[in-house]
Amino acid sequence: MDNDIIIQTRNVNFYYGSFRALTDVTMNFEKNRVTALIGPSGCGKSTLLRLLNRMNDLIDGTRVEGEILFEGKNIYEANVDPVEIRKRIGMVFQKPNPFPKSIFNNIIYGPRLAGTQNKRDLESLVEKSLKQASLWEEAKDILGQSAMALSGGQQQRLCIARALAMKPDVLLMDEPTSALDPISTAKIEDLIDELKKQYTIIIVTHNMQQAARVSDYTGFFYLGKLIEFNPTEKLFTNPDEKQTEDYITGRFG
Amino acid sequence: MRWRYFKQNVFFLMVRGSALCIALAIGAFLLYIFYHGVGAISWSFLTEPPRDSMTKGGIMPAILGTFYLTLGAISVALPLGILSAVYLNEYAKQGPAVRIIRIGVNCLAGVPSIVFGLFGLGLFVVYLHFGSSIASGALTLGFLILPTIIGASEEALKGVPSTFREASLALGVSKWQTILRIVLPNALPGILTGSILGIGRAAGETAPIMFTAAAFFTPLLPRSIFDQVMALPYHVYVLATAGTRIEETRPIQYGTIVVLVALVLGIDLIAIFIRSWIRKRKRW
Repeated sequence: MDNDIIIQTRNVNFYYGSFRALTDVTMNFEKNRVTALIGPSGCGKSTLLRLLNRMNDLIDGTRVEGEILFEGKNIYEANVDPVEIRKRIGMVFQKPNPFPKSIFNNIIYGPRLAGTQNKRDLESLVEKSLKQASLWEEAKDILGQSAMALSGGQQQRLCIARALAMKPDVLLMDEPTSALDPISTAKIEDLIDELKKQYTIIIVTHNMQQAARVSDYTGFFYLGKLIEFNPTEKLFTNPDEKQTEDYITGRFG
Repeated sequence: MRWRYFKQNVFFLMVRGSALCIALAIGAFLLYIFYHGVGAISWSFLTEPPRDSMTKGGIMPAILGTFYLTLGAISVALPLGILSAVYLNEYAKQGPAVRIIRIGVNCLAGVPSIVFGLFGLGLFVVYLHFGSSIASGALTLGFLILPTIIGASEEALKGVPSTFREASLALGVSKWQTILRIVLPNALPGILTGSILGIGRAAGETAPIMFTAAAFFTPLLPRSIFDQVMALPYHVYVLATAGTRIEETRPIQYGTIVVLVALVLGIDLIAIFIRSWIRKRKRW
């Protein structure tokens, strides 16, 4: 059982200056599963997500306590290079954020800097990544065009393809559909279903139906604490905690 | 109601009047300069050195000197300015230390140019034994335009959306590579616009080069960066105040001013064109 855990957080506290954003969060993320983090705005779910690939390092005046283990190794130890962590744990953001480059160059940007120079390797990587993100059919004839010309939904799938091109083990998604229309959202949700065969996905979402549809496990956060963490079906039908029930039935939040 | 419209109209009149005043002042100034100076401009004026105690001949050495000084200034100030801006905006932890550096840069922008001239005289000409030379003048001018370039670069760096930085870092790209591949290329147009304005300033300044680079008169063209040169603004100053036959050189003074003003305006125009071109292209 323990072999299937890819990321573990142990008694994690997190502070922005003197404000405590997370309190004593301990949870396990299983390999090749989709875990959803839900909760009202400001509950700390995005903060936790950004701790997993050390993106919070970029904010001045923050502090982490506790351990976050990736494949058994604490990624906050002094000798760990966050750059290496981020190569293995990819991230997709709330707003699609392609670079103002061509579609092709958006995808090869990361791999090329990581050392893949061969032109044919890069070309096949672009095709594979775009196919994985189900954008290939729409993009194969316009690879040289600016990514900024794509629609919002296409841009977000491009960002997913860009993250996949680094061949990560884990994909973190921070409300990946909150800026998209329902059709684009449905496409991304289908995509998540497809991707979990190969990747571990951790998704933060505001949309409870989305969590229920795409995830295997769900963690409910409130005021920086992990209130309940259970298989999605159990959490949404028969939650252990009263607070969870109040939230999913819309009584607060 | 009437009264309100009346107030509004008075206010609009004032606004229009102010704008008109400025336009008229610039127009009158340019008209006056060109009216007096255009007659002096000819091919030989632009390509020959001065003759007969500078009452005849051209201003070629001064044009060339100003070109060298400006080129030198920008090649000193551009790398230094961009690197400083990258440090201030991308690397430095925002706090008292950075605030003090920023205040320092702003103070530098407000220092009178003659002070830069004296500083250049003390440091480069005397202490470092560069003498009165292109090197001393270019370095002095470089420091003069450094705040302009740092300011423009910082603005341009701030203009690059932070989501680009996040996207790059999240792909496991190092901070340095992110700055090199994503931040700087996207900030470059803005940096260049600011730098071009800096070039215009460097070309037009007299005080900083007075003691550090400019020659009263030299028929020789510089052979190295440690030679003195003539320069357009200083040439005007010399002809207008220090010559022995000021009246006779008047057409040449105007002609030189026309060349200098055209040069600076031309450089500013290039900056404006680049800026509007970028605005059209930008789509994030």
